[in-house]
Amino acid sequence: MSKLTDLSISELQAGFRRGDFTPADALRALEARIAAVDPSIEAYLSRDFETALAAAEKVDINLPLGGVPIGIKDAINVLGESCTCASKMLAGFKSPYDATVIAKLRAAGAIPYGRLNMDEFAMGSSTENSAYQKTRNPWDTTRIPGGSSGGSAASVAAREAFATLGSDTGGSIRQPAALCGVVGLKPSYGRVSRYGLVAFASSLDQIGPIARTTRDCASLLNVITGKDSQDSTSLDLPAEDFTAKLGGDLKGVKLGVPKEYFVDGMNPSVRSQVESAIQRCKELGAEIIEVSLPHTSYAVGVYYIIATAEASANLARFDGVRYGHRAKNPRDLLDHYMRSREEGFGSEVKRRIILGTYVLSSGYYDAYYLRAQKVRTMIRQDFTNAFEKVDALICPTSPDAAFKIGERVDDPLRMYLADIFTIATNLAGICGISVPCGFVEESGSQLPVGLQFLGKALDETRLLGIADAYETAAGFSSQRPPGV
Amino acid sequence: MSSPNLDVRDVARLARIELTDEEATTFQSQLGRVLEYVEQLKTLDVTGVEPTAHANPVFNVLREDVSHPGLTREAALANAPHSANNLVVVTKVIE
Repeated sequence: MSKLTDLSISELQAGFRRGDFTPADALRALEARIAAVDPSIEAYLSRDFETALAAAEKVDINLPLGGVPIGIKDAINVLGESCTCASKMLAGFKSPYDATVIAKLRAAGAIPYGRLNMDEFAMGSSTENSAYQKTRNPWDTTRIPGGSSGGSAASVAAREAFATLGSDTGGSIRQPAALCGVVGLKPSYGRVSRYGLVAFASSLDQIGPIARTTRDCASLLNVITGKDSQDSTSLDLPAEDFTAKLGGDLKGVKLGVPKEYFVDGMNPSVRSQVESAIQRCKELGAEIIEVSLPHTSYAVGVYYIIATAEASANLARFDGVRYGHRAKNPRDLLDHYMRSREEGFGSEVKRRIILGTYVLSSGYYDAYYLRAQKVRTMIRQDFTNAFEKVDALICPTSPDAAFKIGERVDDPLRMYLADIFTIATNLAGICGISVPCGFVEESGSQLPVGLQFLGKALDETRLLGIADAYETAAGFSSQRPPGV
Repeated sequence: MSSPNLDVRDVARLARIELTDEEATTFQSQLGRVLEYVEQLKTLDVTGVEPTAHANPVFNVLREDVSHPGLTREAALANAPHSANNLVVVTKVIE
């Protein structure tokens, strides 16, 4: 049955419809695969097989995702399941409702299955900030899977999930997808409802799919998008079929290469793989045009002011009163708050809350937060200018391949710089996708490299078409980690 | 932007987080470096630039003022660290 878990969503659905196997067969094969490989990957925090099996046994396979199990990042609420955000703060928490994306998945016949590990409250780039376990990269289990949606990417790469949902605030879908050799899409801001996603930075967060192919990402996007009265920032847009431009080529497509995304200090082997991929796009008919995004070098600084400011406000809800960890025997209310939060949050979350509180505090607001919001405008304008000349941008997803577990944990700034090519996308609210574009060899391991395409806001259909044309021609997405 | 003014203990208290001595020392130096890094924003001229608060400018989203079903009392209390008599029990506020 291990073969079954190698199938993409579209192949799996074709099998259901031919009667080769049933959704229950697929779920059993998936669970057997998880039991076999997850002890070495540790992508899953928990799963409820019986509930999923009951759903699989009565699902209508003719629905858009009928019978397809989808793994869920532990920041997205699924009714009755745990939702810890990989934090001790939410140990034992059971979701009292479904996130909108989960309700939409269910309506489309998909079966939410399994809670996937992440950096605590989505803060991190390596999944090492999980309070529970260290997820390992299936291509080299001494290395990190990327983050924060590390479990969502590693499980897809290890063939212990067909596809998953992650969330992306500054690269948390695309960077782990790149480092694990799978496809990850961050939709434009407002495309997908955030209702039921535990909030980190509300002006940047988006939920999106991670899968083995661009086509599978498009199928998932078809299901999870739409205006939601529970999220006032979700956009009311005409219905769109995101698979409409798949299967095409790159003839006449104008791809911009932002010169600022090829920086000193990036891994030269990663750079050369990305340059080969750009050459490949040219051979496939694309017109390659150099463009400039002049404020790129400010993006990380802007992000760590805006994201931490928003996080400090959002995470104020964890006060140990209505849910979450509460310290024992508090002396008074202040002691209750201070010790509940000290005991419940891990180091990175505390660091970011403190930084966010500082940049919003009286006397510093103008110097940090307001200034960062103004530079955010300049970064957005860079993209607007670039998209006047090109259909999409093409660039690396991450300056490095997967690094060793433990290598950067004591150096937050260096960890933050891992997001240098993904962060500006969120600041601008545009869409981006990472697809596999080759490998680099490091200490005897073949490590995947991600190629990123960025599209203007709400241009997912075209972006997916471009990514699919490259991904299909290049063929790296069909390669699987040799060790698992 | 004078980052040396960051007093981690003071800000942590504003954020209602108790810190160990070790955390205070480590965070002080780590966040000092992060703040030094963001000093680069100071080199840009932002005169006349409007701030961006949101990726999509959406303002005053209103809905009809009608009630919708919400969580039951039981569901709302299920995750409370301490509850009794259908209420959340909180730490004493008034002496």
